[in-house]
Amino acid sequence: MTAKLMKGNTALGEAAIQAGCRYFFGYPITPQTELPEYLAKRLPETGGVFLQAESEIAAINMVYGAAAAGGRVMTSSSSPGISLKQEGISYIAAAELPCVIANVMRCGPGLGGIQPAQSDYFQATKGGGHGDYRLIVLAPDSVQEIYDLTLTAFQLAHDYRNPVMLLGDGLLGQMMEPVRTYQPTETMPTDSPAWATTGCEGRKKRIVNTLYLDPPKLEEHNCRLQEKYATINDREQRAEAYRAEDASVILVAFGMAARIAKEAVDMARSKGIKAGLIRPITLWPFPQRILQQHLDTAKALLTVEMNTGQMLEDVKLSVNGEVPVHFYGRSGGMLPSSQAILEKIVQLWEVQPNG
Amino acid sequence: MVNKITRPVSLTEKPFHYCPGCTHGIIHRLVGEAIDSLDIRERTIGVASVGCSVLTYEYFNTDMQQAAHGRAPAVATGIKRVLPDRIVFTYQGDGDLAAIGTAEIIHAAARGENITVIFINNANFGMTGGQMAPTTLPGQITTTSPAGRNTDTAGYPIRIPEMLATLTGPAYLSRVSVHSPGQVKKAARSIEKAFAYQLAGKGFSLVEVLSTCPTNWKLKPEKALDWLKQNMLPYYPLGEFMDIGEEVL
Ligand SMILES: Cc1ncc(C[n+]2csc(CCOP(=O)(O)OP(=O)(O)O)c2C)c(N)n1
Ligand code: SF4
Repeated sequence: MTAKLMKGNTALGEAAIQAGCRYFFGYPITPQTELPEYLAKRLPETGGVFLQAESEIAAINMVYGAAAAGGRVMTSSSSPGISLKQEGISYIAAAELPCVIANVMRCGPGLGGIQPAQSDYFQATKGGGHGDYRLIVLAPDSVQEIYDLTLTAFQLAHDYRNPVMLLGDGLLGQMMEPVRTYQPTETMPTDSPAWATTGCEGRKKRIVNTLYLDPPKLEEHNCRLQEKYATINDREQRAEAYRAEDASVILVAFGMAARIAKEAVDMARSKGIKAGLIRPITLWPFPQRILQQHLDTAKALLTVEMNTGQMLEDVKLSVNGEVPVHFYGRSGGMLPSSQAILEKIVQLWEVQPNG
Repeated sequence: MVNKITRPVSLTEKPFHYCPGCTHGIIHRLVGEAIDSLDIRERTIGVASVGCSVLTYEYFNTDMQQAAHGRAPAVATGIKRVLPDRIVFTYQGDGDLAAIGTAEIIHAAARGENITVIFINNANFGMTGGQMAPTTLPGQITTTSPAGRNTDTAGYPIRIPEMLATLTGPAYLSRVSVHSPGQVKKAARSIEKAFAYQLAGKGFSLVEVLSTCPTNWKLKPEKALDWLKQNMLPYYPLGEFMDIGEEVL
C-alpha cells in the first residue's frame, strides 16, 4: 500500500479509528487541535461519537464514564489541558479502565507558549495526579510511528486495563510525513468487557469504584496495582538503539529530540567519533534493561531533552553510577541543534578518547 | 386492610449509613421506587457523587459508577453516549453539584443530555462536617460561616432549577421536598416523571430535593424537618420550573 502525506495529529486520529476507537471527548488547545477536528468529521462516519466538552476536566470524566460503560475511548490535549485532566486520570487508573490520552506537548510552565517542548515528562511518567499509579507512556519520533504507536496504545490499554498516554510534542503533531496506514493485526474484541457497567440484565449488579474506606482494603488494592505495574515493567520496555553497539558516547533522547540527536550521532561518526543513541519508546516503563545492555562500551552518556532535565533522572537511575551521565537541553520552545549536540559529543569524546 | 410496605427491588439489602433523621434515606427509597415502577432496573446505570451519599453505589441495586467530586454529569454523559438506550442517573449533593460541579451540571443541561439528575439540597456540606455550601441560606450558621452567611462577602444562594430553566436544553426541572408525608408523595411523582422523560428520550431532567442534615444543623430530626419548612421553603419554592409538557407517565 502506498504512503499518504499526513500531519502528525491527523495520523493519530486515523490510527485511533483503525484501532476501533469510537468515542472521543476533548477540548481545543494548540498544538493538538487538528486531532479533534479530524475526529469530529471521521467518528460520525464510523457510527462513533465526537463530543466537545466544556473543559478538559469534563472531557476526561466523560472518558471515565464511557470507558466504564465498555466504550473504546480517547481524549487528547496539550500541556495545560493535561494538567486539568490529572484528577480524572488518577480515577481512571484507580478504577483500572482502558483509555488512550494523547498529550501533544507545548512549553510551560503556566500558560507558557505554544512552541514544542518535552517538559511534561515528569507529569506523564511519575503520576501527575494524586496517588500511587502509573500510566504506560509511549513516545513516537515520526508521523509513521505516531500511527504505529497509537495502535499499540489501544492494545496495551485493553490488555492491562490501564490508561495509556501518547506523549509527543507540538512539532511532531504539526509536521507532515508519509504514512502507511493499515489496520492492526490483532483486533480487540468489540463486545462489552466482563467488568463494564452496562445495566445488570440477567446478572448481578456491577460497580466501578475507586473508594476504599477500609485501609487494609485500600492497601490491598494498591498492592495489586503495583503487581500489575511490575508485570508491565517486565514485559513492555521498548527502545530503539541507533549505532550504539560499539559507542563510547551514548546519547539518550526521545521523540523530536531523538531525531535531532540522530543527526548529531551521524555527524560525530563521520568524524570518527564512536557515538550512538538509545531512544526510549516507552517512557514508562523506562527501558532500563535496553540501556544497560549498551553500557559495556560506554564511557559517557549524554541525555538530550527539550526541557531542563527530566528524563535525565531516569537515565541516572538506570545507569546507577556505572557511567557518568551528562545533560544537554533547551526549553521554552527552543530546539536543541544538531551542531550544539555535536559539540557536547566532541567534548565528552575528548575527555574519554577511544575508551 | 394490611398496608404492606416492602423494600424496592432497586435497593440492595444493605442498611444505610446515614445519620438518624437524615432524609437521604427517604430519597434513596423514592429513587428505588421510581426505577421499580418504570421497570428499568436492569437497564439503569447510576452515578454516585462525592458527599454523604458517596456509598449510593452500594445501595442501588443497579449497575453503578462512582465519580469524582462534581463530575457525575460528565461521567453520566460518557456512559449515555456509549449506551444511549440505557437509563443513566446521577445522585448529587449541593456541594457536589452547585459548587465544584457547576460547570458540569450547566453543560449537561445545556446539551440536553438524556440523563436524570437527583439533586439533594441540604444547605450545607454534610460529609465534611457542615461547611457553607452555595445553597446555604443568608444568615445561616455553618462551620465556615460561623457568624451566619454574610451575603456581602459570600454572595447569595443559587437556585439551580430556576437557573437551568433559562436554558433550552432541559426537558424537566423541578424542586420537591420530603419534610412531610404529603410532600414525600409529591416528590415520588416528580422523581418518577424525571425518569419517565429520560425513558421517552426527551432529554435532560433534574429534580432538586430539599433534604435535612440534622447532624450538622445541630437539630433533632423532627426539628430539622421544621427548620427545612420554615427556612428553606421561602427561599427555595417548590414546583416545576421546566416541563416540556409531553405526556410521559
Ligand atoms: C476534589 C475534592 N474536593 C473536596 C473534597 C471533599 N469533600 C467531600 S464531600 C464534600 C462536600 C459534599 O457536600 P454535598 O455535596 O452537599 O453532600 P452532602 O455530604 O451534604 O450530602 C467535600 C467538599 C473531595 N472529596 N474532592
Ligand atoms: S451529615 Fe447530614 S447529610 Fe450527612 S448523613 Fe448525616 S445528616 Fe445526612
